[in-house]
Amino acid sequence: MDALIGQLINLFAAVMLILAFAMLSQRRIVTLIHLFTFQGLTVVGATVVVAYVTQQHHLYYSAALTLALKVALIPFLLHRLIDRLNVRWDIETMLNIPTLMLIGIVLVVFAFNLALPISKLSASIARGTLGIALACVLLSFMMMITRAKAVPQVIGFLTMENALFFAATSATYGMPMVVELGIALDVLVGIFILGVFMFQIREQFDSLDIRHLEKLKEE
Amino acid sequence: MSPTGFLSQALAILAALVLAPLLMGWVNQWRAWFQNRRGPGLLQPYRTLNKLFVKESVVAETASPLFRAAPYVVFGCMALSCGIIPTLSTELPLSLAADAIALVGLFAVARVFISLAAMDIGTAFGSLGARREMLIGFLAEPALLTVFFTASLISGSTALTSIVESLAHREFAIYPSLAFAGLAFSFVSFAENARVPVDNPATHLELTMIHEALILEYSGRHLALIEWAAALKLFAYSCIGLALFFPWGIAKVQDPGALLYAVPVLVGKLAIGGFLLALIESVSAKMRIFRVPEFLATAFLLAVIGMLVHFLLGA
Repeated sequence: MDALIGQLINLFAAVMLILAFAMLSQRRIVTLIHLFTFQGLTVVGATVVVAYVTQQHHLYYSAALTLALKVALIPFLLHRLIDRLNVRWDIETMLNIPTLMLIGIVLVVFAFNLALPISKLSASIARGTLGIALACVLLSFMMMITRAKAVPQVIGFLTMENALFFAATSATYGMPMVVELGIALDVLVGIFILGVFMFQIREQFDSLDIRHLEKLKEE
Repeated sequence: MSPTGFLSQALAILAALVLAPLLMGWVNQWRAWFQNRRGPGLLQPYRTLNKLFVKESVVAETASPLFRAAPYVVFGCMALSCGIIPTLSTELPLSLAADAIALVGLFAVARVFISLAAMDIGTAFGSLGARREMLIGFLAEPALLTVFFTASLISGSTALTSIVESLAHREFAIYPSLAFAGLAFSFVSFAENARVPVDNPATHLELTMIHEALILEYSGRHLALIEWAAALKLFAYSCIGLALFFPWGIAKVQDPGALLYAVPVLVGKLAIGGFLLALIESVSAKMRIFRVPEFLATAFLLAVIGMLVHFLLGA
C-alpha cells in the first residue's frame, strides 16, 4: 500500500511535468487557462495524498486553500479578464514549438541533475519529485520569457507559483501556514493588479503585446 | 524448437494475417458510423483484397525491377514484424531474430522500399509522397526508439518477448514513465499508419495525401499486397501498444492452454483499440503538413521525458 501511494505521488508529479510542457507549447489563451486549472487540481491531489500518508493536518488546509484559490477563483477571474479584454480566442503566433521543446528537455535534464543531491538530504516520501517540481519552475520561467502577450505571461507566473508550492510539499511537507496564507494573498492581489495593468497596457498601445513596453522614450 | 513454440508462432502469424484486414474494416466501419453513414461492412477489406488479387496488374513502361519487387519486400517485412511481436504468447521462436531495435529497422526497410518504388516511375505525385513519407519517418523513428528504450530500461532487456514477459507478470505498479511512453507511442502510431491528424487514409485529394500518393501507380496483386501490408502495419502497431502498455492476457512460455484464452482477449482489446482510434480520428482535424514536425517533436519530447522520469523516480 505504501509503495502504491509513493507511486501515486510520482504519477501526480509526472502529470505536472506533462502539463508544464503542454502550457509551454499551447498557443490558445483559453486552453492555457484550462491547463492551468488542471495543474491546480493536480497540485491539490498530490497535496492531499502527501497529507494522508504523513498525517500532517495543516496540509489538508493548504490543499483546500489551493482548491479554492487556484482551481476556482483565479481561473474564474482569468476567464472574466479575457472576456473583458476580448482575447478569448487569441492565438500567439511566432512560436517555434519544436525548438522550445528541445530547450525544455535540456532544462529538465538540468533540473533533475540539480535536484538529485538535494533530494538525498530530504527524508520526505515524495523527495524524488523535487527534480520534477524544479523542472516545472524552470519551464514556467521559460514560458514567461518566450511569450509576448500579457495574459500568457501572467499564467506563466501563476504556474511558477504552483510549481513552487508543489516543490515545498514534496521536499518539506509544505511551508508554515502563515507563509502559505501570505503567498496565497500575494498571488490573489497580484492577479488583481496585473489585471488592471493589462487594461492600462491595452489603452496605451492598443495591443497586449508587452514588447511595446521596451521602448522607454517617445520618439 | 519446441512443439508449443512452433504452435504459438504459427498461430501468431496466422492471426495477424487474418485479423489485420478485419481490424481495418472495424475501424472504417466505426468511422462511417460516426459520420452518420451506414459503412461498407466489416468484411469489406477482404472483398477488396480478393478483387485486387483477381485483377490484372498493370505496370508502367518505365518501371524497373525494384518497382515489381517492392510490394513483396514490404509485405514480407510487415508479416515478419507481426511474427516478432508477442500478440498471443511470449513464446515466439522467431523473436530471437530481431529485438525491439531491429523491429524499428524492419519498419524502416519497408518504408525505404515503398518510397523508392514511388520515385521509380518518375511521376510528380510519387516523389512528392515519398519525400513526405521520409520526412514523417525520420521524425517518428527516434520517438519510437525512445519509447522502446524506456520499456527496455524498466524490464532490463531489448527483446520484445522478455519486455512483455516482465511487464505482464509482475505485481501491479504505476509507472509514470510508461504513461509518457504510451502517449508518445500513440502519437507515433498515428503518424506512421497515415491516420487522421497526420494523413487521411480515405483521401485521394492530390495535395494532401501521403500514403495514397506512394501507391498511386500500383494495381492488381501488387496493390493488394501493399494494402494488406498497410493493414498488417496497423495491426502490428496496435499489438505493440497493447503488449507494452496493456500486457494482460498474453500467454506465458510453455502454456498452450492459455493460448486459447489469449485469442478472445486479443480480439477484445483490438476491438476497443479500433473503436478509440476511429473516435479520435473522427473528432480531430487533419493538420497541415508543416505542423507534422511539431506533432512528432512533441512525441519525441514525451518519450525522452518518460526516460528521464524513469531515471529520476526509478519507476
